[in-house]
Amino acid sequence: MRFTLNAREVELNVAPLARLLDVLREDCGLTGTKEGCGEGECGACTVLVDGEAVCACLVPVAQVEGAEVVTIEGLGDDHPLQRAFMDEVGAQCGICTPGMILTAITLGPRPSLAKIRRGLAGNLCRCTGYEAIYRAIHRAS
Amino acid sequence: MREIRSMLNAVGQSVPRKDGIGKATGQARYADDLRFPGMLHGRTIRSTIPCGRLAAVRLGFDPAGFTVVDHRDIPGRNVVTLIADDQPCLVEREIRHVAEPVLLLAHENREALLGASVALEEEPAEPVFDPERSPTAFKTILIEKGDLAAGFAEADHVVEGTYCTGHQEHVYIEPQAVIAVPEDGGMTVYGSIQCPFYAHRALAVILGDAVARVRVIQTETGGGFGGKEEYPSGIAAHAALLALKSDRPVKLIYDRVEDMLATTKRHPAIVRHRTGLTRDGRLVAMDIEVILDGGAYQTLSAVVLSRGSIHAAGPYRCDNIRIAARAMFTNTPPNGAFRGFGAPQTQFGVEVHMERIAEALGLDPVRLRERNLLRPGDTTATGQRVGQDCAALEVLRTAVRRSGFRRKRKAYAGTGRGIGLAMYWHGSGFTGSGELKLASRATIELTATGVRVLTSSTELGQGTRTMHAQIVADALGVPYEQVEVAMPDTGLVPDSGPTVASRTCMVVGRILQRAAEEIRAKLGDATPAEYFRRHGPLAVTGQYEQPEWIRWDEIDYRGDAYAAYAWGCDVVEVELDRDTWEVRPVRVTVVNEIGKAIHPALARGQVEGGTVQGLGYALLERVVMRNGAMANAQLTNYIIPTTLDTPKLDVVLLEHPYDGGPFGAKGLGELPIDGPAPAVVNAIRQLGIDVRGIPAVPEAIREAACASP
Amino acid sequence: MRTAVSRLELLQPRSLQHALRMLRDEGPLTPLAGATDLYVAVNFGTLDSTRFLNLWGLEPLRRITLCGDTLRIGALATYTSLIRSRLVRQRLPILARAALEVGGVQIQNRGTLGGNVANASPAGDTLPVLAVAEAVVVLRSVDRERRVPFAEFYTGYRQTVRRPDELIVGLEIPPVEGRQWFRKVGTRAAQAISKVVIAAVRGSSPRIALGSVAPTVIRLSQVEHALGAGAGMDEAVHRLDQDIQPIDDLRSTADYRRDVAGNLLQRFWAETGGLSS
Repeated sequence: MRFTLNAREVELNVAPLARLLDVLREDCGLTGTKEGCGEGECGACTVLVDGEAVCACLVPVAQVEGAEVVTIEGLGDDHPLQRAFMDEVGAQCGICTPGMILTAITLGPRPSLAKIRRGLAGNLCRCTGYEAIYRAIHRAS
Repeated sequence: MREIRSMLNAVGQSVPRKDGIGKATGQARYADDLRFPGMLHGRTIRSTIPCGRLAAVRLGFDPAGFTVVDHRDIPGRNVVTLIADDQPCLVEREIRHVAEPVLLLAHENREALLGASVALEEEPAEPVFDPERSPTAFKTILIEKGDLAAGFAEADHVVEGTYCTGHQEHVYIEPQAVIAVPEDGGMTVYGSIQCPFYAHRALAVILGDAVARVRVIQTETGGGFGGKEEYPSGIAAHAALLALKSDRPVKLIYDRVEDMLATTKRHPAIVRHRTGLTRDGRLVAMDIEVILDGGAYQTLSAVVLSRGSIHAAGPYRCDNIRIAARAMFTNTPPNGAFRGFGAPQTQFGVEVHMERIAEALGLDPVRLRERNLLRPGDTTATGQRVGQDCAALEVLRTAVRRSGFRRKRKAYAGTGRGIGLAMYWHGSGFTGSGELKLASRATIELTATGVRVLTSSTELGQGTRTMHAQIVADALGVPYEQVEVAMPDTGLVPDSGPTVASRTCMVVGRILQRAAEEIRAKLGDATPAEYFRRHGPLAVTGQYEQPEWIRWDEIDYRGDAYAAYAWGCDVVEVELDRDTWEVRPVRVTVVNEIGKAIHPALARGQVEGGTVQGLGYALLERVVMRNGAMANAQLTNYIIPTTLDTPKLDVVLLEHPYDGGPFGAKGLGELPIDGPAPAVVNAIRQLGIDVRGIPAVPEAIREAACASP
Repeated sequence: MRTAVSRLELLQPRSLQHALRMLRDEGPLTPLAGATDLYVAVNFGTLDSTRFLNLWGLEPLRRITLCGDTLRIGALATYTSLIRSRLVRQRLPILARAALEVGGVQIQNRGTLGGNVANASPAGDTLPVLAVAEAVVVLRSVDRERRVPFAEFYTGYRQTVRRPDELIVGLEIPPVEGRQWFRKVGTRAAQAISKVVIAAVRGSSPRIALGSVAPTVIRLSQVEHALGAGAGMDEAVHRLDQDIQPIDDLRSTADYRRDVAGNLLQRFWAETGGLSS
């Protein structure tokens, strides 16, 4: 099967119902996508598929055939949200951070606090109480 | 020039965190991100009954390609060594709780591993689940001050009450994870580990002479909150046993369900108060009983009980106090360290009780607390005289003013809104002479470009690396950027004690500050890099020095329990939906006095995160125990706060420097989890609902409302 | 024991007709849409099927259109597309509202209306909405299409009238007259499973449906009749008590569900009163 991963074509021979999460981490070697619960509750494994946030632990790899997948590695190391998460200490333990940043990207420009809160409701953070994450997203926008 | 000056003042600035960019780019390496050549995956087979005996184990798979380990494969002693050596690494015969590790499997293919079936033949016996009916106490503590009978004789009023708190699951977002790698006759364990030297000691006992040396290296850790304090020692041993037998690296990662079923949680507690007061609301007698549910093994229950007891009378002065506390055995998975360590449970009790006293005596809740709060020079339940940094009154007054408590309290009367407050305090560092026994060490060495800090203090997200680098930078007079911080590796760093008990800044930071001053003196006018070029390597290892005034009697629980206390007050506003009995916190004001905020943004992050974890403890987080096992061991069914469950937080940090801490800093990590639960319940009480337990889920609030007059 | 995903089979149809032929000729197959429930069963080893039919690529089933007076929603319409759809927001705003309260955005981007209906959970968030909208479930097999009124679709706990060779291809929603009302009570403010979920319409005759209080989503026909006939709230709540069979489970208690269902019925009636014809 083929799909686009971080702007590069990849072709893989994997079981169709393998989780996208495992394929990314094990077959593609991209470990920035994290597993927190394996049931779509925590959002640590959030990646973008055709621009939309999804939990990679719930997506059968066969269902991204032909799609564009973006992981945290696809943002490089100088994305405004990455810088803002640094500046505002939006990352503490950091395990939720890649998923949090990818979901935040889908909020669009200058999101209101209400929109941020609704948009991030599928990304659990146990360290920050979310406030520093809001500050980071506001700073980046 | 100005720029250089500001760089030389890292302390008090929110400098970039050392681990920030790796975390924001996904490059930070957590245990599950590591792979080693020839690595196997490990799995734990667990008991399914809460009490009984293991009769037989039957493998339902072809063992070719599998490594199978049971207790007979343990070359050393079959015990996870901690305070009491009562917990086996692997079950031999006796089963004391559900999900106790019995057998270990490893295979290179994870699917084959997870598909293997093992049947356990278990003979059940009668379990004990109620800590009050348990015949076995792990630990009892009695704290006595003054003359309780005389105190009650003086009292015009006596108020009694019982307060209950439930389990709490840590829900670090990265589950437990270790990898054991056999290397040159030794064993190296990488992992998501809060206290590498705890794991190191446990491994040495279990592996015995079978390995020449043990080394434990912390990998980037996705949250701990106490849940990775003592528990990973056993997991590290499991991975090491599989690695020893297979002579291959073995990765052992828990999935969320296993993590919730098997690992430790916050101790449930029952706290009973009987309190004597004068007519005008002065505390004259406090009789307190504390019962903790310890679970099936001792783990850290004795010291959790200790901290819980010492904080049980709250930050109040009273001449006559008795605190009788016990931690009890039950046939449930052992409870262990969790941020706050017994203090959230007992402070929930005393602060809801204070609210009930105010109700019973018709007193203003702020006045009642003002009247009784500790002032500098007052003595605590253990007889400790609190220092000039005691800020209890100031945090209360600041919180009351800032939140508009009095105005809102009036305005909300008779509406669906309530406002409540709670006072709290938290002792920094190990209890009593604990720090002296730990004798922690920390090293600073020169490098070609600056200095490197070597400690066993782990970064769990709270900012250890950053904050230690700031302290060293300023004490040494070098820019923050020139201070590196080594990853904790027991082969490389000295034992700085565990990363627990709000001690990493105040205690380890202070050792580093002194070591840096010593190096500074040796350097003369040279920069570290210049000195290194001219004279070669230089390292200074500092050791903990106990403040000379500390006196502690471990037997009678008298004396200076903690070197310093941080102080807090929370005001919580809630909204009740009377159709659904849902309570939503709408605004929280937190005032914390912490000595000195080394890094204000990190400090604020600790307060915000701890407050939200405390709100979850108060309102959402319920462990459903059925026949000794967590029945809702999934993130779908054990609920922690999302963005939409989290109110506006207003955080105020006050600084009354403690001269025994680096730049005046006291401990902070645990403090903010002590306040939210009692403040939430006190806000619900303003709505006329007699809640005395947590979690105050809607079902419980409804029951309390139906029972309230 | 976790299910080995490498041993699971996934058939890849090129079109709806192809999918229906596969269902008939190569079954039994479990249709798979957004897969939001699949891996929980894999993790617990409770998956009762090893062969799946991938519907995700069947683009025509994503459409949301107006056909005469009927709102037609393709089975593969995701919660996100329901939330964004002007047609849905205009004609059945409580469906968009229910979709907004399903999971976080990650789940909303993957979960589908057809999947919610097919999964047949008594806690399905959109189901009470479809019940009060008197939706029609459109089922298709290779040689025929049939339309089943929503009220007849469920036959018991997680049981439906769908035959193994049929696919749910969409929902048809006739115009809904009257004021629409929806409330989900979950274990927290977001990302929660319902403890009680209610949808209702205040029209010339009221319609009320509840989830999580019986083995299937239920219409409260007795309550509707009583209220329609001008009965008082006490009477209505009394009838509600007879219509529902809530249970104690990990998330809540029967008593709580009973109490809250009654309170929400009253809230619905109070909030929609005075505005109906």
